[in-house]
Amino acid sequence: MSADSDAEPTSGSPSSVRTPLIEIDNVDFGYTATPVVRDISLRIDAGEYVAVVGPNGSGKSTLMELMLGLLEPDQGTAQLFGEPAHKFDDGSRIGYVAQHASASKEMPITVREVVKMGRFPHVGFGRLSDSDWDIVDRALDTVGMSAFADRRVTQLSGGQRQRAFIARALAGEADLLVLDEPTVGVDAESVEAFYKLLESLNDEGITILLIEHDLAAVTDHADRVVCLNGEVYFDGPTEEFVDSDALARTFGAVTTTPGDAT
Amino acid sequence: MSEAVAFLLQGGFDAVFSPLYWLLDLWSVLMSWLAGATGLKLLQYEFMHRAILVGLCIGVMAPLIGTFLVHRQLALIGDALAHTAFAGVAVGLFLNAVIDLGVSPYLTAVIVAMLAALLIELISEATDAYNDVSMAIVLSTGFALGTTLISINAGGLTVSVEQYLFGNLSTVTTQAAAILLVLFAIIIAVVAVTRNQLLYVTFDETAAAVSGLSVSWYNRIMVMLTALVVVGAMQIMGVILVAAMLVVPVAGATQVSRSFSEALLVSVVLAELSVILGIAVAFYAGATAGGVVVLVAVAIYALAVIAGKLQTVIGETARPKMDSIDAEATEQPGD
Repeated sequence: MSADSDAEPTSGSPSSVRTPLIEIDNVDFGYTATPVVRDISLRIDAGEYVAVVGPNGSGKSTLMELMLGLLEPDQGTAQLFGEPAHKFDDGSRIGYVAQHASASKEMPITVREVVKMGRFPHVGFGRLSDSDWDIVDRALDTVGMSAFADRRVTQLSGGQRQRAFIARALAGEADLLVLDEPTVGVDAESVEAFYKLLESLNDEGITILLIEHDLAAVTDHADRVVCLNGEVYFDGPTEEFVDSDALARTFGAVTTTPGDAT
Repeated sequence: MSEAVAFLLQGGFDAVFSPLYWLLDLWSVLMSWLAGATGLKLLQYEFMHRAILVGLCIGVMAPLIGTFLVHRQLALIGDALAHTAFAGVAVGLFLNAVIDLGVSPYLTAVIVAMLAALLIELISEATDAYNDVSMAIVLSTGFALGTTLISINAGGLTVSVEQYLFGNLSTVTTQAAAILLVLFAIIIAVVAVTRNQLLYVTFDETAAAVSGLSVSWYNRIMVMLTALVVVGAMQIMGVILVAAMLVVPVAGATQVSRSFSEALLVSVVLAELSVILGIAVAFYAGATAGGVVVLVAVAIYALAVIAGKLQTVIGETARPKMDSIDAEATEQPGD
């Protein structure tokens, strides 16, 4: 599954399989004088299943925002599909599931209307066609939320809401799925099913980038682990990560034992 | 010199507005016919025909824009823009008195309110938050500027500012009604085209940004549309109460609606009800329309809150079953 890293360097057409989907080069970023992330270089190729782990405040979400172009690096470059990340605007290629969704909390809107937004990058100013709606309904079905399609999102539990946002990302039919702690609030049983879903999406060639603090989920499913705490402590295949002492070094004294999935 | 400018401006407006005047005449004929058929005294006066048309337009555009504002916690921006629009009115009256420009104060209000809207948006972009302090500063600056200009000019003023502060059914001129129709068309057209984007940005700004939308541009569009609504609605509602039409019907609709499209529709229906009932009551009671419309809207809001509570109590019984996440069901086209 892991793509070779000797692909030719960037530029060229974004659709070329060899172009890295994400390429971060010597990136520094800080909101104040103190940097949040330092000297990060990362490359993610098409078809990979990468997990970024690290303790709270390790800069995981900041790194993700840099990769997605929501933030611009203070130093270094961040590229998305071969373009500067902050200039990249082809939303149809990225699916995004936020941690505890940034979304409005009181707005009247149904689950189906939320999932529909996944199609917006494809339809632009136009209307959703019948096939767009089919994709929306299939995504709802995939996450087991068909019965809730006409429910108001504000009446759902945290886990149900999260499923709706996952369905929105699926409906986008993106090449790259970026998930920031997607299973927060989701019940344990569904979490397992959810990671299976990610695996089968990955088998179909979709690149998965997962930001997680649940180490068990990461070591069971991801092919590659990036361990982060301000800087990259480890970057390599999952098996090597499990055997290494990267975990102890990254998390310092307070270690979270792999396996305590909550 | 200034008279030449005024003449040119006037000629330009007349050319643009002549089809609108024709439309207004048509509407007036229709209303007169309705007056004959129903015998309603309310429909017999020509100024009421215009007032009702303006009211109906407000009932559509105010909740339409308000829906996008309320769900972003921007309910008060309408108020801020209304007060700057008052400054715009004062600028218009001032220019008319000093250089005899002959331009409707509503046009200068449109310009000043849109500039203020952009200013608020740019301040919020620079500081990364819509803070109520900057909004309060813009609001008071606008009103202060308005009162100052008017007081300097008081000797030369023939028009009372009361109609701008509180709104008035009987002072809706044909030119003002035509301006409103133009604003109405712009607002409806822009929302119709960008509805997907506005919805996405309103609901989930981060996800909208990831999906490639320029959030700041859509925010700018939104506040400028708000400025247009505020100026359009000011004629009847007045500066002080205009923001209520952006907020109250939307808040009522939120109580009883499940989906976003339903909420939009319900808010328009509630707003139209408030406008029609409000204008009718104001006409027969001889009261200021703006105040009555808002009181009716608030009464309807209270009813909606009760209806919403009943809805939750009754609707609680149905509990759909949640299916498991189906890992095999992914049928995305293979890459």
